[in-house]
Amino acid sequence: MNDSGPGPAKVEISFAVNGETKTVRSYPMERLLDVLRRDLGLTGAKEGCGEGECGSCAVLMDGMLVNSCLVPVLQAEASSIVTIEGLSDGETLHILQQAFIDCGGAQCGICSPGMILAASHLLNQNADPTVEEIREGLAGNLCRCTGYSQIVEAVAEAARRRTSA
Amino acid sequence: MNSERIVGRSVPRKEGRDKVTGRSKYVDDMVLPNMLFGATVRSQIPRGRINKITFGPGIAWDEFVIVSAKDIPGKNCIALIGDDQPCLANEFVNHPEEPILLLAHPDRHLLPKAVEAVSIECEALPAIFNIEESECRSEVIWGENNIFKTYLIEKGDIDGVWSKADFIVEGEYTTGAQEQLYIENNGMIAAFDGAQGLTVWGSLQCPYYIHKALIGLCNLPAEKVRVVQMETGGAFGGKEEYPSMIAAHAALLAMKSGRPVKLIYDRMEDMAATTKRHPSRTRHRTAVTRDGKILGGEIESTIDGGAYLTLSPVVLSRGAIHAGGPYHWPNVRIRATAVATNAPPHGAFRGFGAPQSLFAMERHMDRIAEATGLSPIEIRRRNFLRTGDTTTTEQVVREPIDLGKLLDRGLEISDYHSKKKRFAIQNKGGDTRKGMGIATFLHGAGFTGSGERYLSSVVGVEGCADGSVRVLVSSTEFGQGTKTVLSQIAAEALGLPYDSVSMGQADTLEVPNSGPTVASRTVMVVGKLVQSAALGIKQTLISSGLLSEAYSADEFRAACRRYVSEHHQFRSWSRYEAPADIFWDDEKYRGEAYAAFAWAVYIAEVTVDLTTFSVSIDDFVALQEVGKVLHPLLATGQIIGGVAQAIGFCLYEKVVWQNGRMQNNQMTNYIMPTSSDLPAIRVFFEELGNVYGAYGAKGIGELPMDGPAPAIVNAVSDALGVHFDSVPLLPEDIMDKLDSARLAVAAEEADVGGGR
Ligand code: FES
Ligand code: FES
Repeated sequence: MNDSGPGPAKVEISFAVNGETKTVRSYPMERLLDVLRRDLGLTGAKEGCGEGECGSCAVLMDGMLVNSCLVPVLQAEASSIVTIEGLSDGETLHILQQAFIDCGGAQCGICSPGMILAASHLLNQNADPTVEEIREGLAGNLCRCTGYSQIVEAVAEAARRRTSA
Repeated sequence: MNSERIVGRSVPRKEGRDKVTGRSKYVDDMVLPNMLFGATVRSQIPRGRINKITFGPGIAWDEFVIVSAKDIPGKNCIALIGDDQPCLANEFVNHPEEPILLLAHPDRHLLPKAVEAVSIECEALPAIFNIEESECRSEVIWGENNIFKTYLIEKGDIDGVWSKADFIVEGEYTTGAQEQLYIENNGMIAAFDGAQGLTVWGSLQCPYYIHKALIGLCNLPAEKVRVVQMETGGAFGGKEEYPSMIAAHAALLAMKSGRPVKLIYDRMEDMAATTKRHPSRTRHRTAVTRDGKILGGEIESTIDGGAYLTLSPVVLSRGAIHAGGPYHWPNVRIRATAVATNAPPHGAFRGFGAPQSLFAMERHMDRIAEATGLSPIEIRRRNFLRTGDTTTTEQVVREPIDLGKLLDRGLEISDYHSKKKRFAIQNKGGDTRKGMGIATFLHGAGFTGSGERYLSSVVGVEGCADGSVRVLVSSTEFGQGTKTVLSQIAAEALGLPYDSVSMGQADTLEVPNSGPTVASRTVMVVGKLVQSAALGIKQTLISSGLLSEAYSADEFRAACRRYVSEHHQFRSWSRYEAPADIFWDDEKYRGEAYAAFAWAVYIAEVTVDLTTFSVSIDDFVALQEVGKVLHPLLATGQIIGGVAQAIGFCLYEKVVWQNGRMQNNQMTNYIMPTSSDLPAIRVFFEELGNVYGAYGAKGIGELPMDGPAPAIVNAVSDALGVHFDSVPLLPEDIMDKLDSARLAVAAEEADVGGGR
């Protein structure tokens, strides 16, 4: 459990989440992860370690991949955040989500939200990564189930499908 | 009827869509109105008597719910095999993470300070921390002699072989603790009301283990205790037993406060307090002939069980039965012992004792090879179990397994021979060394011996009002694909499309006890029961005249709807019955230990850097015979995931202990492999089938944990020409060993120069 409250008084903080503007009242040092999960009900981001090691809490903040367990919510003021819930509408899947299903990239699924966001960040930087680049690019996201191979295949497959689409 | 087969096809994972969209609900994602948060106050010392508990200043204690052992309505123990482990320590503590008090508060931020403000004064007692200290019994901390359990397996006349041996080869091998490190930490929510009783929701493997533990602890009738599995973010055995403890704690807080209580561990607490793989020490003494035939041997295997009995006897049993590997022992004596130490209890972890004893066996085979002057391949080939041979427990191998052929295929895939030749030349210079290592092994699927008979699992299949079919099992999904494969089996049995089968939630109110989800038993044993329960549904529809022998999916649905509207409920049950030809003697530890074995050949190619002493795995071939593969994608994923975890066990993951407490209980200092650390693991299957499993399947989940550590350490030993006998094998261990080997050589040279 992370002891980031109570400390200084609560403040109002506004940012966009998955395209919608949200305003929360929060302790400034509260973790973005807790605000997303508890105040906004976006439980797709998970706490695996609470110290920036596992990437299961990863979200995109202004296009950058961040571990939301390390981001004080104050830092999110005026930013634009994308969580796994915002990657697709849930009916038509994002190309990466479909590839993860097809290639076996999600086993227990606890790392999948962070992993898929990390992969989308990677593909935004590099549309056609090599296997080594994928392995390097995802090294900040731990997965205990898959041994990574099928995740790496899913990302490569998504890249292929995107270029051929 | 649907003519296309569903088993053997990689259909989409049942809950895959929810997982990739973030919709799956894990326990920490669940919120109940009016919910409190719980925390655990633990012992700080490894062993002692509790004298006084004080609640320090600066905390509004009246806002907290506080639970101690006195608040337990029933028996203060976590019932499992024994009842020695208290739920909350009352008078004595026996390890440094022992729970003593529970706190709950509406604001989770206030809990850490409150936990810190509780001070527990103890009179310390002397403690013991490893196998050797436990064996010498300077302190007896459990029972009369610190021994949880011993097994003796004897075959032939071992005392008669030593005089006939050309070589007697000895070795001692050790393995360390390993943390399961599922990415979702353990957690539970409990709610209680007088009318409905107690409900717990959580991250767990075995709903009915928790059910049993809560009944006695809370003194409630069985029907007043309900256990519901939430989506579970990895388990690997680590959510087999400890969830009963957390559920008990959440339940006590909920019963005392009258409010729902969420008790979620953070990573540090989870790593320090919950179970890990048993550390082990195995000694081999083997009699071998000049031409490499094993005449017999003594194997002595000891595991460190920690402070309480928990599952150690069962882990020990599997370790003992696997200790002889896939070899024919005409004479053997295996002594296995589980001992007590003042560490948190060690427990279930994928492989369950077998990775420890097989590490020893497979390292020792390379030792025997060296002693006899044969290659690691030849020594194995000359001793493989063959169809008709008996194992160490005198189980006759009935399957048509040909390990020699399996080995040949592995050697070819890995290009073993030409690589060995190439490395012999390359290794003469440069600052890296390359090596190849082999492990050949087996893994028994299902519970050991009479286990399945005692479990007597029940499975249900339900025909629903909309004409679809639902599988009712307490078998849990935690990534392995339980939901998908059991649905495939039901669909196949009924000749229906995969989509017309769904899975009930593992909720003790809704599903029968199909046994724990452990021991690679789910597909083989539970799957077979699902198959027969599904056939029961079909039979009922046919015999009631609603369906003809040949039917379409639409006809089935219509018939099922009709049946449900006429009878309200439509369920078919199937209970495990032990095959008549399987016999096990618990006394002598002899007989059919497992209904089926999976067999494997794993080959590792490594490079050792002589400057940094780091090991990189350049290629890893995992070839196995696991019966019929029901879902190739999931099966491959299980193998790769298991190999990755075993690579961690072998080269990365070291639990640093101090006085019974894990010191590096963080992901920053307990290092598991990342995507950039691992090679592409190449997976191959051989499919012989299995008469006891659903559609010929055998267990698969644990097998890949057994072979990688010995294959890799054999490869490192091959690369460097020095034997390594322990895992984890970290760069500093390699450096130390090479240094001492060099010193020994230098000393010998000095000796030669100075005298003779
Ligand atoms: S929970 Fe944020 S990195 Fe692990
Ligand atoms: S799928 Fe379980 S941790 Fe990645």
